[in-house]
Amino acid sequence: MPADQWHADQDGETLVPTHCCFCGVQCGMYLRVDRGGKVFGVEPRNHDINRMRLCPKGINAYQQVNHPDRLTAPLMRRSRDEEFAEVSWDEALDFTVSEIRRIQEMYGKDAFGLLGGASLFSEKTYLVGKFARVALKTKHVDYNGRLCMVSAAGANKLAFGIDRAGNPFSDILLTDCLLIAGSNVGECFPVLTQYVWGARDRGASLIVVDPRETAVARTADIHVALKPGTDSAFFNSLLCVIVEEGLADEAYLAEHTTGWEEVKAKALEYPPSRAAQICGVPAEQIFQVARTFARAPKAMAWHARGIEHHSQGVENCLTVINLCAATGHIGKPGAGYGTLTGQGNGQGGREHGQKADLLPGGRSILNEEHRRQICEIWGIEESELPTAGTSMMEMVWQMQRREIRGLIGICNNPFVSLPNYRVVKEGYDATEFHAQFDFFLSETAANAHVVFPVTTWAEDDGVMANAEARVVKHNKAQEPPPGVRTDTWVMCELARRLGAGDKFAFADSREVFEELRTASRGTVIDYYGITYERLEETGGIAWPCPSTDHPGTPRLFEDGRTYHEDGRIHLQAVEWHLPMDPYSDEFPMSLTTGRTVAHFLSGNQTRRLGALVEQTPRPWAEVHPSHGFRTGEPVRVVTRRGSEVFPALVTEAIRPDTVFLPYHWPVPTAANALTIDALDPRSKIPEYKVCACRIEHASELDTVPSPPVAPGHVAYPETQVSRTDPLPPTSPQGRGTSERS
Amino acid sequence: MMGRTIFIDPGRCIGCQACVSACRECDSHRGKSMIHLDYTDEGQSVASLPTVCMHCEDPVAPCAEVCPADAILVTADGVVQQADTTRCIGCANCVNACPFGVPKIDLGAKLQMKCNLCYDRTAYGLAPMCATVCPTGALFYGTVEELQAERPGVQVADTFVFGSTEVRTGVAMVVPADKVQWPVPGGLPVVEINGKDVRR
Ligand code: SF4
Ligand code: SF4
Repeated sequence: MPADQWHADQDGETLVPTHCCFCGVQCGMYLRVDRGGKVFGVEPRNHDINRMRLCPKGINAYQQVNHPDRLTAPLMRRSRDEEFAEVSWDEALDFTVSEIRRIQEMYGKDAFGLLGGASLFSEKTYLVGKFARVALKTKHVDYNGRLCMVSAAGANKLAFGIDRAGNPFSDILLTDCLLIAGSNVGECFPVLTQYVWGARDRGASLIVVDPRETAVARTADIHVALKPGTDSAFFNSLLCVIVEEGLADEAYLAEHTTGWEEVKAKALEYPPSRAAQICGVPAEQIFQVARTFARAPKAMAWHARGIEHHSQGVENCLTVINLCAATGHIGKPGAGYGTLTGQGNGQGGREHGQKADLLPGGRSILNEEHRRQICEIWGIEESELPTAGTSMMEMVWQMQRREIRGLIGICNNPFVSLPNYRVVKEGYDATEFHAQFDFFLSETAANAHVVFPVTTWAEDDGVMANAEARVVKHNKAQEPPPGVRTDTWVMCELARRLGAGDKFAFADSREVFEELRTASRGTVIDYYGITYERLEETGGIAWPCPSTDHPGTPRLFEDGRTYHEDGRIHLQAVEWHLPMDPYSDEFPMSLTTGRTVAHFLSGNQTRRLGALVEQTPRPWAEVHPSHGFRTGEPVRVVTRRGSEVFPALVTEAIRPDTVFLPYHWPVPTAANALTIDALDPRSKIPEYKVCACRIEHASELDTVPSPPVAPGHVAYPETQVSRTDPLPPTSPQGRGTSERS
Repeated sequence: MMGRTIFIDPGRCIGCQACVSACRECDSHRGKSMIHLDYTDEGQSVASLPTVCMHCEDPVAPCAEVCPADAILVTADGVVQQADTTRCIGCANCVNACPFGVPKIDLGAKLQMKCNLCYDRTAYGLAPMCATVCPTGALFYGTVEELQAERPGVQVADTFVFGSTEVRTGVAMVVPADKVQWPVPGGLPVVEINGKDVRR
């Protein structure tokens, strides 16, 4: 009996192989399904991504499937002053279609927008892009992956001509030097830690660049606790040392790159003495890191939102690429770069046309040739295809200015996840019509006119691409509850009612996937060789995969060529600049935000699961002891956007000039009521990871609101238990379970 | 040395509590975790450490020894079982006797509960839930040879001292190589009782 299949057939129970719905690791798991066909548990699965391992989110994920908070009937109201009422699908769809028609007739096609999500299966993200352009005929479509890793995507595209990580996770085990920048691996990608520890067991050096001493930083050979927003100065300075000490791989640079001279000249402007001042770290560390990384036979750099969520997010990522290229650490087993995707389908979610400027297969919506190819597949005239729209945050600004009057949101929760909450609320409130797809009533859905109850990941088939660009298949484990439909069905039905039914005659995910495969054929993001059957057989295939006998491409550039026409890495010189929110006497400190292991993104899913709420019931403000707070004392965090009060978690694991807030909760305990809506000019990612702030003593804590539930439902008691507890968890990872009976 | 057992490597623990969540999924005590996760250096560091039942071998499990109802059974392969529900009287003697602070009492049900090394899984050749999912390998289930094959050069210890008492356990700790000769201190030395220095 295979070690991970013991439960099958016991008491009529079955195990359905699938993957976790949450982060970009995409751990394999089995869902335990009872005789009645209902998901009731989880069993670890020996998939080669995670080899049985799961984090607490993965273990508890199954509990959302049959959770009492699930939406099971469409909710509707004609104005925001009314209460929601449960209505029939016909009524909700008819109202939505009439509002779309009304708004588009009065204000033009582009006055209606669509916002998708990167937790959707790739089939659905493909449909979001097609639905916007073919059924709604609007250019305004974007997705919440815009808040996730578009900076890395932009940088990779610029430098390599391809938008994905260069190496598979398993390469981490082969490296001699692992540099992790701006990523709290232990909490955000816990299952990846086994690869990090595996590298360490082999004697690899570990370098962590992060303002906080995270669980992984704690064990690093070198932990560079730099000041938030100074990453590109730091990486430039590493290059400066590498150049000055003759550690650059000039032969590799000459053969495989362009732009090295400019990059080198710029880097020399950042000697360690200067960078040390900017970054607030000892110059000695810069020398140490540069030498360790450059001299290692094989070195890798992995990064995440810590360096990407900045007004110079793309540039930060470019400096990391410069570092890898300058030392020749590219395209070899154990040498290269990777980006750690936050959302399950953060990678796949942007590949097939959900992003404002992209068509399926990563084609550009502004490229004549690409437009023609897609119009042929979609069967529309090229003149009918809209051009590029704007990014998610920009769309909210347009809503605020009433340029976008109507909106459909699918699988996203901007009320918690976008920066500068006040602006977001104003934007959404200004819309004349807003519909939201979700399976729980999110804070954003609670503000809508129509809410469509849709399936969870366990109720439909579909694929996701994880942080390695490995496409994996999720399998349907149970029938959706009565009243619930798949997102695919809802989009196709809306399209039909809008008169585009012939272009949306999809019965299920498989049919959408077949069109997606064809639509991606011949592009860089080639899925043509990937089929459901092959995915089930192999456990995952990394794209590009141009034919059904192609094994996929886990590691890029092994032949030394990039995806640019000249086959070279296009290096770009980067000038560091200050974050957008200026420091002043009034706001002298940096506020930075991030995740905690028990919760996922906007918390709409995890804030409803008892075990996860108990582990981390509420947000806190992490501050250094030098400010004179005691753990649990109320601390007011003030920025130019507002102020909120959190219990202090006093720890030496953070820089004295920095405050950390986890961002999974809504107002009045929302980190994003305080963060700034400044964007990177290229990727349009918001600058979540740094803004100016100050902290003050306060008398009373702000309380954490319960997640919204549909009318007639009672808030699930399990999630209420510890929310009233004012104390912060004892550690960033959560509350210790030290009650000893 | 020991057969298949759990090895605890605190140096790897990231405090994620996957073990705690997984323990709740165990069919023998569904919904309750038998694992303690301690943050050892709060305020200074994010260091954390899981405590699972150590399955004491020598002297025979103190919890079982003090149980007046003979409810705690030790199997032939050294697994200290959770209390037999038909025998347990909920007196909490075991809670007080355990040097590692492991057993819990469900006050409502007046029943003891503790880790039984996922007997329902290990009997089928599977690893306990906590060690199966632990993302970092801080909890590892297997033989010492399997552990060392995966982590070359690693050393383990299965003896703990509490004052003058030594306890040898079925579950072992991964320790820094130069410490392996000595038992791992299991508790702080008692220096004061009722305000009196008892060292003299
Ligand atoms: S590491 Fe990510 S994919 Fe794996 S169980 Fe946790 S949330 Fe799910
Ligand atoms: S699952 Fe492993 S890493 Fe996570 S807290 Fe438990 S022992 Fe530590």
